[in-house]
Amino acid sequence: MSFWQFLQANWSELLLLVRQHIVLVFFAILIAVIIGVPVGIGLTRHRALRGPVLGIANVMQTIPSLALFGFLIPLPFIGGIGTRTALVALVLYSLLPIIRNTVTGILNVDPNVREAAVAMGMTGSQVLRQVELPLAMGVIVTGIRVATVIAVGVTTIAAAVGAGGLGVYIFRGLRQYDNNLLLAGALSAALLALAADFLLGLVERQFSVDAKKSAQKSAVRKLALAAAVVLVVGGVAVWLGRSTTVNENRISIGSKDFTESALLAEIVAQMLEARGVSVERRFELGGNLPHEALVAGTLDLYPEYTGTAYTAILQHAPITDPRAVYDQVKQDYADKFKVEVSQPLGFENTFAILVRGEEARRLNLKTISDAAPQSPHWRAGFGQDFMSRADGYPGFSKAYRLKFAEVREMDLSLTYIALSSRQVDLIAANSTEGRIQTLDLFQLADDRHYFPPYEAVYLVRQDSLTRLPALREVLAKLANAISTDEMRRLNYEIDGEKRDPKEVAKEWIKGKGF
Amino acid sequence: MQSPLVQFQNVTYSLPSATIISDLNLTVGRGETLVLLGESGCGKTTTLKLVNRLLTPTSGDVIVEGKSTTAWDPIELRRRIGYVIQEGGLFPHFTIARNVALVPSLSGWDVARTQERVREMLNLVGLDPKRFAERYPRELSGGQRQRVGVARALAADPPLLLLDEPFGALDPLTRASLQREFAELAARLDKTAILVTHDVREAMILGQRIGLMHKGQLLLLETPERFRTSEHPQARAYLETLDVNGGAP
Repeated sequence: MSFWQFLQANWSELLLLVRQHIVLVFFAILIAVIIGVPVGIGLTRHRALRGPVLGIANVMQTIPSLALFGFLIPLPFIGGIGTRTALVALVLYSLLPIIRNTVTGILNVDPNVREAAVAMGMTGSQVLRQVELPLAMGVIVTGIRVATVIAVGVTTIAAAVGAGGLGVYIFRGLRQYDNNLLLAGALSAALLALAADFLLGLVERQFSVDAKKSAQKSAVRKLALAAAVVLVVGGVAVWLGRSTTVNENRISIGSKDFTESALLAEIVAQMLEARGVSVERRFELGGNLPHEALVAGTLDLYPEYTGTAYTAILQHAPITDPRAVYDQVKQDYADKFKVEVSQPLGFENTFAILVRGEEARRLNLKTISDAAPQSPHWRAGFGQDFMSRADGYPGFSKAYRLKFAEVREMDLSLTYIALSSRQVDLIAANSTEGRIQTLDLFQLADDRHYFPPYEAVYLVRQDSLTRLPALREVLAKLANAISTDEMRRLNYEIDGEKRDPKEVAKEWIKGKGF
Repeated sequence: MQSPLVQFQNVTYSLPSATIISDLNLTVGRGETLVLLGESGCGKTTTLKLVNRLLTPTSGDVIVEGKSTTAWDPIELRRRIGYVIQEGGLFPHFTIARNVALVPSLSGWDVARTQERVREMLNLVGLDPKRFAERYPRELSGGQRQRVGVARALAADPPLLLLDEPFGALDPLTRASLQREFAELAARLDKTAILVTHDVREAMILGQRIGLMHKGQLLLLETPERFRTSEHPQARAYLETLDVNGGAP
């Protein structure tokens, strides 16, 4: 698909993401101005505080954005996932340029002018409002301009905490190895940054003292002012518009940050929508986010795997009996989190240890034990998740006595390409991954039964089930409804054929007659 | 001398590191123009700022219209005192008209009266209101800006004017004509004025009395005629520069 075709097929979604992006940046900057300008003014009055406060703001800006989101997630009130967390992080990033330029702008006002103002009998607040702020405005707007351009960039990271925006396309593009998605996300973000820079540049010029010539004053100035008013009013309208949709018959559905999880979430979402429930989608959340959000009540439901819940979340040692794992998980989630575990969906998505097909045929490899003697000559590539979890690399390499020449930790979605292009020789992937067939990869059998069973289930908050009767009906229909082969095919539709997950979900629901 | 408008009574002003003014006693009568003469750092500008309470004395009292500056509401006090500084201190983001209208507007004059006053003031300092009212300070020459500074100081008709090196940054020709005009203006309007300068020529033209300041002390306080014949070594040093520059006025 060409980029142009991609845009034609996806323009409405792209516009939605652009709108989310603009709303996030706009409100972050608005809040940062409301906080930053008064703080800056205060710092010009209290010299002793200037160093420490600017120091703190400086440190805020040096924290990598992904790490800052990470710090914020567990915090009450300002943390969690979604728009609020993203706003908090964006505001923290935007404060420094705004505070610093407010301080600089005011301190740079000609001391003669300030002295004249005081000597004419202006009160403190008159000096501030009529003299210092107007004369500092050009420099303050420069600070706002810098903060805005930075915020447009940082907002792309906000997709990682489920706040939406153009980062959704960028992350998805990285995961699915799809240049159209990457390009659409990155290009739009760059254009937004340029547009914001240009518009604020115009505003800035209107405030510069050098521009104060009587001849050419009004027209451009009024135009810039009108544009600013339209932006503010429009932004507020959009904001109010989105917050009025809250109602009782509403559910928030999350997913993990890979195709299958998002598709399973989309299926439930569409089935609920067909039953008149309004659904908020918080898909593609990284790491432990969906679990934490579910427990915190920000999410009502997300798809999970029993083995992951058993080992990674409940911290039990891995066992191999699927029934025992399922029962234990169901019991523990009800006791600890007031969360219900649905009936299994019918397929497992276990770790699949993959090698290139030609390699497997050449060396006649069938099982992981067969491959163990080769490991000193091989390089392995594993996702961050596999490297760190209890049932991941440390136990796995011990169980099979593997000693690789090199182990690379990398993004999971990139490991497939790395394997087929001979950058690495063995990877740990998902067994339902669509690309296993298309890239001619071979799955080695787990002959020592190291990996616990990973049956797909939905995790649902108990209070959500009570609140929404439709939920129980939908989950009952989905019990044992998807086989492993079917799941692999659906994944391939999306990752291989680059089809829209919503379309794929809709088609599947229709085919099943749900 | 008429009844005093400003009185310094044993005024000392010091910073933690140095004493700027020590034990100053000085009386300024109504309608008088007093010039404080001295080199930079002698304390003459500080003396001026003690009058409109930009500074307050460390000890002693500055009495303005019968009341100590510390007893005045500072805002009310300052609105009764016109203030002119070098380069004018005009607000660069205000038009000339708005600059001149500043104190009347702050004092709550109605618009019509303020506009009339602005016209009157600009005419008074020799600037055509039609040409200048809507322009910005940066579009004016240094001399024109200084005229606006004087117009602004006079706008609310204050009984007292403070002028800090008002003509210091101007070229000699402009300076000479502004000095002449200001002397006429001060006489005509019957204002009390305290003017600070390091230029003995200016002091001789404008002052009814000249106070010579040195290292925070008032060395001499005389009329121009008696100042010219003073035997005080500091005064003689100033008068010699006058001779080099081509004689007394």
